[in-house]
Amino acid sequence: MKVLIIDYGMGNLGSVKTAVKVLGFKADIVNAPQLIKGADKIILPGVGSFSDAMSELKNNNWFDPLSEHVFNEQKPILGICLGMQLLATTGQEGGQTEGLDFIPGQVSHLTKLGCEKPIPHVGWNDTHVKNKSILFKGIGSGNDFFYVHSYGFLPSNPSAISSIVNYDGEIVASIEKDNVFGTQFHPEKSSKAGLKLLKNFLDL
Amino acid sequence: MLKVRVIPTMLWKDLGLVKGVSFQSWRRVGTVLPAIKVYNSRDVDELFLLDITANQHTYDLDYDSISDFSNYCFVPFSVGGGIKNLEQIKKLLRVGADKVSLNTAIYETPDLIDLAAKKFGSQCIVASIDVKSVNNDYVCLSHSGSRNTDRNLVSLVKELEDRGAGEILITSIDRDGTMEGYDINLINKITSNINIPVIASGGAGNFFHMKEAIIEGGASAVAAASIFHFTEQTPEQAKIFLHQEGVPVRLTFKE
Repeated sequence: MKVLIIDYGMGNLGSVKTAVKVLGFKADIVNAPQLIKGADKIILPGVGSFSDAMSELKNNNWFDPLSEHVFNEQKPILGICLGMQLLATTGQEGGQTEGLDFIPGQVSHLTKLGCEKPIPHVGWNDTHVKNKSILFKGIGSGNDFFYVHSYGFLPSNPSAISSIVNYDGEIVASIEKDNVFGTQFHPEKSSKAGLKLLKNFLDL
Repeated sequence: MLKVRVIPTMLWKDLGLVKGVSFQSWRRVGTVLPAIKVYNSRDVDELFLLDITANQHTYDLDYDSISDFSNYCFVPFSVGGGIKNLEQIKKLLRVGADKVSLNTAIYETPDLIDLAAKKFGSQCIVASIDVKSVNNDYVCLSHSGSRNTDRNLVSLVKELEDRGAGEILITSIDRDGTMEGYDINLINKITSNINIPVIASGGAGNFFHMKEAIIEGGASAVAAASIFHFTEQTPEQAKIFLHQEGVPVRLTFKE
């Protein structure tokens, strides 16, 4: 199976790659869009701002090959943290910016979503499964995952929300729609629960 | 709800891990990568790796080794020792550190905190303060506890918070390695003056000490080394104890 981790210049990918390896799969980090042809699964990580990440993806022509993978080939993709937010229709970080629009929805600052606690939301927080979830198969509701973020994803259709986390009110923790998956937390930094979740994605 | 963390501290010296008493009498306690793998398999909350001799090196930080370590760390990984400038912080984050811990730099080049917090975010900037008790007062030391500074502890931590530090790691040199318990007054002095999370360090010998640092001291996390190196007590047992005592902790993975 060909698992590819997209390197578009945002953040460290080493622990995602080793996590995949430890789980018994092989992953390659790719930094050019023509290399994703034939991928079985794509992981889209990301640390940084929404607008910077989208300009990287656009300027380097990642958009078409990614939508080919998701819509024409109907193959799985997993966005992690900023990578999940990029799956939305629009984001507000760094000015209103168009996202990949793989799962319709908006990404807004946590204060806009009603959060009055310190931002970023950083640390281990218990995460609760909401809808039927492939990612959380064999993972009980209430396990802790590791978060570092200032923005939150609100999908237009709530049925795409597979888990939530309570900080100051509910924040979307993961989304799932057909072959498109995303986690606001970092599974590669969430110890056993995170590795199990990654394995569920890789086992698809 | 965010969880109180139990953090094993690994002190890195030359090629291996060491542990001392009051920052002296170092004993070898193993090598880094196997320790990281063991702590990961035990589902710890976070790991700190502090290079205690980096300040004496004339060469740059060992990014290759840190890259190897971080690749096997599936929990947040904090790295400190010898960090003097923004470029080093950028490289450390790029090779997989999730946070960097600054100590000597907070006295010598405090602007680095502002710059780093602005560029990379407060969440990845830990200000580490080593403190000794002298004549009923606290003295802050730099260079791995080898040099006195003239900074007043309370004004220092307030300044660090204003500059954008995301967390304070407070270590009592007097208690370090003694396993006699954390210096609760010291922790209190800090938590009562700032709002950012405080990691208590120095003196943990049993789980009750951890509870004291959290409940009485107000710490958001407890760091410990000797208890995990030299006794049978594990981070997981610590959290089971803390959970039973009503402290919100991350318990081990449940199916």
